[in-house]
Amino acid sequence: MMILSKKIIPNVICTFCGATCDDLQVTVENGKVLNVRSGCSTSLSKFVNYNVERYLTPLVKKDGELHETSYEDAIARSAEILANAKYPILYGWSSTSNEASRAGLELAEWVGGVIDNTTTVCHGPTLLGVHDIGEVSASLGEIRHRADLVIYWGSNPVHSHPHHVMRYSALSKGRFRLSRKDRTMVVVDVRKTDTAKLADQFIQIEPNGDYELMCALRMAVRGDDLEQDVIAGVPAERIEELADLMISCQFGVIFFGVGLTMTQGRHRNIDVALSLVRDLNARTKFLIMPMRGWYNVAGANQVSAWVTGYPYAVDLSQGYPRYNPGDTTAVDVLARGDCDAALVVASDPVSNFPVEVSRHLAKIPVITIDPHPSATTLISEVVFPTTIVGIETGGGIYRMDGVAIVTKPVVSPPPGLHSDVEILQDILTHVKKLKMGQ
Amino acid sequence: MKVTLLSGRSLGQAKGKVTGKFTEEYLRNVAVCELDPEDLKSLGIALGQNVKVTTKTGSVVVRAAVASQAARRGVVFMPYGPWVNMVIPSETYGTGMPSLKGIEAEVTAAPNEKLLDLRSLVGHMARG
Repeated sequence: MMILSKKIIPNVICTFCGATCDDLQVTVENGKVLNVRSGCSTSLSKFVNYNVERYLTPLVKKDGELHETSYEDAIARSAEILANAKYPILYGWSSTSNEASRAGLELAEWVGGVIDNTTTVCHGPTLLGVHDIGEVSASLGEIRHRADLVIYWGSNPVHSHPHHVMRYSALSKGRFRLSRKDRTMVVVDVRKTDTAKLADQFIQIEPNGDYELMCALRMAVRGDDLEQDVIAGVPAERIEELADLMISCQFGVIFFGVGLTMTQGRHRNIDVALSLVRDLNARTKFLIMPMRGWYNVAGANQVSAWVTGYPYAVDLSQGYPRYNPGDTTAVDVLARGDCDAALVVASDPVSNFPVEVSRHLAKIPVITIDPHPSATTLISEVVFPTTIVGIETGGGIYRMDGVAIVTKPVVSPPPGLHSDVEILQDILTHVKKLKMGQ
Repeated sequence: MKVTLLSGRSLGQAKGKVTGKFTEEYLRNVAVCELDPEDLKSLGIALGQNVKVTTKTGSVVVRAAVASQAARRGVVFMPYGPWVNMVIPSETYGTGMPSLKGIEAEVTAAPNEKLLDLRSLVGHMARG
């Protein structure tokens, strides 16, 4: 095959995980991604396979099967479903742009119901903890240059954020920490993960024991005696050694994962982790940061908070924003069977929610906007194929540390595909017409 | 065999999902339960045979594998995805977050039971 054009695009932002590495070199040949250098293996899989398994036209369900339809018909069907719903849920938003979240929030204001993002099943409890305690944080750049103690707690970045350790923490080269030997790395986890294998110290904790261990660490940091010999599976002397290590460092950081938010204690685990770091700042400089999963889950929180005052789980059914996680969160409203329609954008809740929740989704009309087929598209009434942010279309996103970044397309999308923003705006236009008509 | 079930991200799951959720790669990496080699032995099954994972919520048949990292007796790992969701309870205890880790479960040998592919699993889920 004749090569018509081939170029290497530098400094491309990876739109997979919350680390959003910005050093990819993407080779594009004849309008297709050929290769990626500098990225992790997940990044390579994402960019090279972006065009595998795609719907190229909108689909609507007839007689139990999805059939191709026109864009205009899919927009009209979607608007009708949402405008007629009493309590729809608008869910997803973490793997798309800030602009799409903004359009979704406007749509939610028009149709009422609940708008929630995937924070609800990852770091929702983290945000609840931050509401209670506050958070001592910084940019990843600051951590890279200064941290001499890095603790990963309930997080396995070698698998979830493959370049995080290399770019931002123990293995990175900073201005004041030049190499690995200038930093101490500790992993606290229930399993000796691949990340633990990189650490200087691994502390194995009993499942669901994080709250206990964190409380014991707070006591040790304050100089109180630990009365038990073993706490959450960890010997007391080991806890005291870790407390000493934390107090004696110059600049420490805890990166915590969903090992804290998805286990017993949930937001209380976060409360105590944030409190521990607050205590440590009386003795030294210490930070804490959640390992946000999707590339723009932090942006979904930011945009939701700009517009409604709340970062996720926002109920607009009364005409004003209400926020009551545990009640207005996606898993709860769906498990109760409250919602009578759903709009899913850039997410696959059937692959992420407990079975009982997915079962309710399968009973109600679901509209899905996603570049690829998924478990959720299988149960959908309307499916919009869309362009991929960071590959075929641009948009603003927020990195896990809250740094705003603008992504740019590296290739053109297949002809006829619309972006998430365009689809949402077109649905909104139709919803407005239907609502004004009413 | 009584176990503690952890679900989570794995590199294979992440790569499988971006490659395509209807691909063999996704099925191979996600419809799986990773066990400690000793636990696998005590179940009396060979690698690659199926096991049934049961919790108070339900059960699901997946392929058995030796823990690729962090083997620990009595602790099993399943990657995030529709298969593990079949056994995840929906209670959030007022936080919005279901328990995705640290769940009481039972694993039994199921060499003759069929592992459902994604399309069949979603159909099974929807029918209740």
